Amino acid sequence: MSAPDRPRRRRGASVRSAPYGFLAPTAVLFLLFFALPIGYALYLSVRKVQIKGLGLGPDGREEVWAGLANYRGALTDSELLDGALRVLGYGAIVVPVMLGLALFFALLLDDEQVRGRRFGRLTIFLPYAVPGVIAALLWGFLYLPSVSPVTDALETLGLPAPDFLTGPALYGSLANIAIWGGTGFNMIVIYTALRALPVEVREAARLDGCTPLQTALRVKIPMVLPSLVLTFFFSIIATLQVFNEPTTLRPLTNNLSTTWSPLMKVYQDAFTGGDIHSAAATAVVIALVTLVLSFGFLRLATARTRREENAR
Amino acid sequence: MRHRAFAIGAATLLAVTTLGGCGSSDDGTVRLTYWAWAPGMEEVVALWNEANPDIQVTVKKQASGDELVTKTVTAAQAGTAPDLVQAEYQALPTLASNNVTADIRAEVADVEERFTPAVWQQVTLGTDAVYALPQDSGPLLFFYRADLFEEFGLDVPTTWDEFADTARELNEVAPDRDLTTFSANDAGLFAGLAQQAGAQWWTTETDRWRVAIDDEAGRRVSAFWEELVAEELVDNQPMYTPAWNQALNEGRQIAWIAGVWAPGTLATAAPDTEGRWAAAPLPQWEAGENATGSWGGSSTAVTTDTDHLPEAAEFATWLNTDPEALTALVQQGGIYPAATDARTGGALAEPPPFFANQPDFYETVAEVAEGAAPAAWGPNVTVAYSAFNNAFGSAAGRRAGFEEALAVMQRTTFDDMDRLGFEVVQ
Repeated sequence: MSAPDRPRRRRGASVRSAPYGFLAPTAVLFLLFFALPIGYALYLSVRKVQIKGLGLGPDGREEVWAGLANYRGALTDSELLDGALRVLGYGAIVVPVMLGLALFFALLLDDEQVRGRRFGRLTIFLPYAVPGVIAALLWGFLYLPSVSPVTDALETLGLPAPDFLTGPALYGSLANIAIWGGTGFNMIVIYTALRALPVEVREAARLDGCTPLQTALRVKIPMVLPSLVLTFFFSIIATLQVFNEPTTLRPLTNNLSTTWSPLMKVYQDAFTGGDIHSAAATAVVIALVTLVLSFGFLRLATARTRREENAR
Repeated sequence: MRHRAFAIGAATLLAVTTLGGCGSSDDGTVRLTYWAWAPGMEEVVALWNEANPDIQVTVKKQASGDELVTKTVTAAQAGTAPDLVQAEYQALPTLASNNVTADIRAEVADVEERFTPAVWQQVTLGTDAVYALPQDSGPLLFFYRADLFEEFGLDVPTTWDEFADTARELNEVAPDRDLTTFSANDAGLFAGLAQQAGAQWWTTETDRWRVAIDDEAGRRVSAFWEELVAEELVDNQPMYTPAWNQALNEGRQIAWIAGVWAPGTLATAAPDTEGRWAAAPLPQWEAGENATGSWGGSSTAVTTDTDHLPEAAEFATWLNTDPEALTALVQQGGIYPAATDARTGGALAEPPPFFANQPDFYETVAEVAEGAAPAAWGPNVTVAYSAFNNAFGSAAGRRAGFEEALAVMQRTTFDDMDRLGFEVVQ
């Protein structure tokens, strides 16, 4: 619709306000579903419940200002620190193995001489479509000694069957679930980047007499480095947020506590202990650590890539 | 124009959400909502609704246990709590401390005598208020595979010393089987065993709480089980896992200490063992005593959110004291009623189907239930329970360190109350 007889001035004003109009839906949604909850969590984290006497009846408790007491509590909490260390150990297995496998499969599927590539791509990706809780349950059955077909098979062969849910093996068992579920996704990301490489580059490498292995190591991997950085970035975040697998396996073993990972600690504070204020403070701390670690890595990685590009 | 439409839409949405929680309809009928998890509760409530057209109760099915406590507290803070809620006894102090349960003493003045003092004390928390009406009890019994006990020449233990001997004997005649397991994934059992030994985990003294988890009774129970676990006379793996189900079903665990509700659980966990179990009184610390603890059991609480306190209390009274209601609860929900006169005859004349081989099942239970020790719950049972899961889980896994685990449980529970501002001593 046009209004040719409208005064010029007014039209200018509406043009100038147009960007705000376009921005409004995003801004409103951002405020409502992102800024507001975060703001509320921050607000909760500086409050606390104060109980008087026995704490029974209508005047038993009130919410008061807590300052940074909840943060002090979170930072000095040895359970939270232990949880963070456990997750570091877990991440030290998950991230390298998962990304290593993802890269390996992506390179393999990218090689034109490999047969059954469509099928391979699908089967490696499929576990990613299985919900995390289902995956953990599924693996849980395979880990429980008396019902596990793995244990059964090993014992039939006369081999000692490991107890998957005890000691250091537990870390491997948990990591295995994440690797099983996550490799496919990361492989697709890397594979897509590989497919996007210009044909000339591959051709040039071949003409120069590169073996497929050399092409992979010297040409393909350096060129998909940004994707590797990205998958690494995703994996760090996913590792710091581990919750489903240990929570689902917990009832099956004595060795997983209710505060095994930092997020489980938040859950426990909020929903078992009923202390939403401590939980909010811990959640904020975890969010900050995740932010610093993941973006710190991203910055480091991009700065390095840029430096290398300049050097070239 | 767009903006106005959006604003109107938002306003309507807000109006609809705020109008959501009304309790009375125009025709004067009082409508109550009741959050409960007991199976068959709808059928029991239907009896009430038929007889009381002016007070209509709607049951909203819930998940049991801790989740419902959190959910109810949250709903009460938001002003959307139901009128009535099924609450486990150990959850009542938490609910009362969050001002979720209403004091209904005035409405239920004459029902106290229908319950044993040990049960009644759990709904008053030792105060002058009445925070709920008792519905069912879960006295602990010793459930065992009668056929396998006979096969292995074992006697049913009557004391804990005999229990340890039985475990030892079984270990000799059938090394691949265990008498039972020490499971760290449900603190309810340990709490019940401690009650039997005389523990009072939380008590009120005029205006302060006392936490006594790490006391003589608790240490006695934990030392007893530590010895059995350390000598590998009982298993140390958690219950309610597929492996546990299999162990029970295949007779690799031949006894289970559990509440009176065990037949229902065994029927699901070990379906092949129907008719082979028997229930006996819990082993005693001193020969000749009749003491037991409780695991489970729940009550009906009226919330502070209700607009119809007298009607809600009337329904709660009917549900937990009326013979028709109790018979229906037993038949539909398989509960063991808290009201003492409902514990004999009627619906409890026959044993549970899974225990058809033991005609006097409920007579045994009634005898045992008389000796149920009073339980003493506090406002942070969930914290103590998860401390139990973690500390005893680790101790059971290592087959050592039960004493320290009990101390951790005490410390965690006390510190949590102290931090929140409760007047508390230990």
